[in-house]
This record gives sequence, C-alpha cells and structure tokens, in this order.
Amino acid sequence: MGDWHGHKHHDHEHQAVPSDPALRVKALESLLVEKGLVDPAALDALIDTYENKVGPRNGARVVARAWVDPAYKQRLFKDATAAIAELGYGGRQGEHMVVVENTPSVHNLVVCTLCSCYPWSVLGLPPVWYKSAPYRSRAVIDPRGVLREFGVVLTEDVEVRVWDSTAELRYLVLPERPAGAENLQEDDLAALVTRDAMIGTAKVAAPQRAGA
Amino acid sequence: MGPIEPEPNEPVFHYEWEARAFALNIAAGAWRKWNIDAGRHEIELLPPANYLRMSYYEKWTARLVELLIKAGLVTRAEIASGTPERGSSKATPPLTPAQVPSVLRTGAAASRNVSVAPRFRAGERIRARNIHPAGHTRLPRYARGHVGTIDRDHGVYVFPDSNAHFRGENPQHVYSVRFAARELWGEQASPRDFVYIDLWDDHLEPVRS
Repeated sequence: MGDWHGHKHHDHEHQAVPSDPALRVKALESLLVEKGLVDPAALDALIDTYENKVGPRNGARVVARAWVDPAYKQRLFKDATAAIAELGYGGRQGEHMVVVENTPSVHNLVVCTLCSCYPWSVLGLPPVWYKSAPYRSRAVIDPRGVLREFGVVLTEDVEVRVWDSTAELRYLVLPERPAGAENLQEDDLAALVTRDAMIGTAKVAAPQRAGA
Repeated sequence: MGPIEPEPNEPVFHYEWEARAFALNIAAGAWRKWNIDAGRHEIELLPPANYLRMSYYEKWTARLVELLIKAGLVTRAEIASGTPERGSSKATPPLTPAQVPSVLRTGAAASRNVSVAPRFRAGERIRARNIHPAGHTRLPRYARGHVGTIDRDHGVYVFPDSNAHFRGENPQHVYSVRFAARELWGEQASPRDFVYIDLWDDHLEPVRS
C-alpha cells in the first residue's frame, strides 16, 4: 500500500491517510489481514449475510404471520423477540425487539436520532436516507411533514407516535393489512410488505388484482 | 437539513469498499477490546466538520482506525505505512468464517439479569434531566428538561453513558418514555403527535406535583 504516500489530500493534519475511502479501506484491510487481526474469508461471510440472507423479507414474514394468526400477533406484542425467533430470526441488532401496531387511529414511525439504530435481524442494514441527517433530525420534530415526503398523508385525528431508538430496543412497525388482501395466503401477504412500511414511512398498498 | 432522499432499489452497499468497511468493523469487534457504546462514541468524537461531511461508512472506517489504535491492536505508524511494524507478531483472527452465522445469530444482549429496583413505574410522570455530559450519553438533547410519562419498563440494561467510557456497565432500568410533541417543540407541533424515547433511570427525575 505504498501508493498512499503519493496522496496529497489529508482529512486533517494528524491523519496520514489517503483521501479516497476505497484506497483507505483496502489499505486497512490489508494491514489487519497481514497482522492476523481479521480473516478475509470472515469478511466475505459477513457481507454475504447482509447482502443475501438477512433483509426486509424476514420482517415481511413476521408481519404476514401476525396478519393471519391472531395468537401469534398477541405473542408478538407480549414478547416480540421470542415471537420473531419462532420464525427463525434474531441475533445481532435484533436482540431486544418491540413491535408497534399501526391502526386507523395510530401511526408509528421509527428513527434513531443519535446514530443509526435499526432492527437488522428483520430489516437488514438501514438505507442511506434512514441514516441521513435530514431524516434523523426531522422525524421527531416534523413527523407529518416527513411522512408527506414519503407520500403518506395523515389526517389530524390520527395520532402519530415516533419511536426514537435511543437504547438497545429495536422497533418494528406492524402495518395495517390493506383492503383487498382478505383472501391472500401468508406468502402472498408477505410479498406485499415493504421495508418502508415496517419503518413506518409507508403504508402497505392493496394487492394488484391477480391476472390483471 | 433539507429533503430526505430515498433511493429506489437501493443496494445494501453502494461500493465494494463500503461492504469491506462494514465487515472490518464487525470482524475487528470480535477482539472484544471495545463495546458497542465505545464504538458509537468514537463516531461522536470525529471532528464535527468531518462528521457532517463524511459518508456513513467513511465514519465507520475513521472510527475503526481510532478504536484499533486505542486498543493497541495497531499503531498509528502502521496505519500510516500500511504495513506491520518490524518484529511485530502475527495474531490469529478471533472470528473465523465458520463462526460468522452463529455469532450473528446469537448477537450480544444488552439486558442484564440482575436485580435492580426500578425508580419509576408505568404511568408515572418524569422529567428528563437537564444534563450536558462531556462524554457519551443516550439522552437526546431535545428531551432534556422536558416532562413525559413512563409508557413501559423494558427491564435492566447496560448503561451506555458509563460503558462507553469503560467505567462499568452500571445496569439499570430502561423505560420507554412518552413525550407530547408540544412539550418538546411548542405550539407548532400537532397535539396528536408523541415521541417515545428509551431512557435509563439515571436520565430521569421525579416530577414534583
């Protein structure tokens, strides 16, 4: 990684690091591998997990189960971590789960104003906008304005609950089951549920008519 | 702060280096030389202009470098040169590829199974303390000094405000506290908006009526 030294730009005077993050990370990885501090194959496995195995489809399965199984829904509110584990999901950044329910009179929205806390085990890694300063700062002071930007317009009589994830509790929104989905099976219901609906920045849209 | 900019069909990582930076943080964390709270605090220690300018995984990279140096796993000279110092011994990585699924599936609980009496009960009115600690705190500035109601008691958890500084876990009750938006923001807020904030016993004081 001797090519670092050719770089002119430094973030500040004490950091002798290249300005290009790709080069910086490559140099860091090669140093840590050479020192035996990390195993590059473990890095591959970590990346593969969050690119291909853990993501919002997990959360969608939880939501769909709650829609079709009232007893499961009750367990979800009583002990979300245990109920989610019934479907095989849990672990890192999902150790302490809480599920909050959207209804015609209550709309929930999840944010982390202090950093980027997010329920990885059911939603995967957070999108850039969730980690951005505009979302983190505005969700708590102007939730209805934020929701409007996402296309969710709430009437004044709807109570808005914003959940600021300041501790290790991780929040999953149980969205309202859309009209027109009464006859769908659990798998088809899960396919309707979007990541944003489980953060609270979207509602679940009614299903497209089969064969339409 | 400007508009929120959702990206349709956003990839998990936008660049290969972001994926590597993410994984390096997790894999290096397996040395258990720091805890999650110290890791978060290290991002807060970035110079403010850098904090606002850097992308998310640039921050993760910068914080990892500082954590590694503070932990004594690498030296600043090694970061600068990109090569191990002469004569340094080669370690064995604590996280193997085979361990990755079980380590992620197990996670790391922040709850503690110790008997600590709660200072407050569901339904009780509390005030978030008006404190401005120099170090890490999970009490958001916008809540300080404001009155809310205990919505529920989550149980006993590690206290990040001390744990981030390696001053002990100081386990105590965490509550979800419901604040009326008008209490936090004034008359501009909707009377039907509420913010729920997870706060620890040490963040709260009773409201004298």
